[in-house]
Amino acid sequence: MADFLQSAGAFVVLMVAVGLVRVARGPGRADRMMAAQLLGSGATGALLLFGAASGESAVYDVALTLALLSAFASIAFVKFALRQDQLDDGEDAA
Amino acid sequence: MSYLLDLFSIAAIVAGAVFYLAGTVGLLRFPDAYNRLHALTKADNLGLVLVVIGLLPQVDGVLTGLKLLLVWLLVMLSSAAVAQLIARSVRRREKRP
Repeated sequence: MADFLQSAGAFVVLMVAVGLVRVARGPGRADRMMAAQLLGSGATGALLLFGAASGESAVYDVALTLALLSAFASIAFVKFALRQDQLDDGEDAA
Repeated sequence: MSYLLDLFSIAAIVAGAVFYLAGTVGLLRFPDAYNRLHALTKADNLGLVLVVIGLLPQVDGVLTGLKLLLVWLLVMLSSAAVAQLIARSVRRREKRP
């Protein structure tokens, strides 16, 4: 069972890595942030899988922290984008 | 009995991995930001939920199981909120002259 959990975790990590192509391609800031969000939820799942595979229950705490951090990252992004929009109101900025 | 539980775990985790695949493909292939947001926050979270459900029979102890459920609840709550916030930010940017 541990082998299966390990390979499932590796597969999820691979999917996250492929999804990071969106960071390079853009086109908007929100699209790049979405790839970071994918990293958050994907890595949470992968950490849970790895934690169950190794039987190390501390990994679950890491997954919990990562989920919390990714939520905060997105909220910080939205606040930042709002302030930017208010700053250069009227100008065209992509 | 444990054989059946293992089988259940494998089925749920494979389904979760498929949803992770769907989320990534959606993020890369969908045409605009709203569609991509949809693929990300729905498909990806369904993948995580299925992984958590699959792992529940594998963990030892009720407390660890509760922690898994807590991870699930947190991700669910945060992604629901973040989807709205990011969509609003994209829309505000689109509506500007």
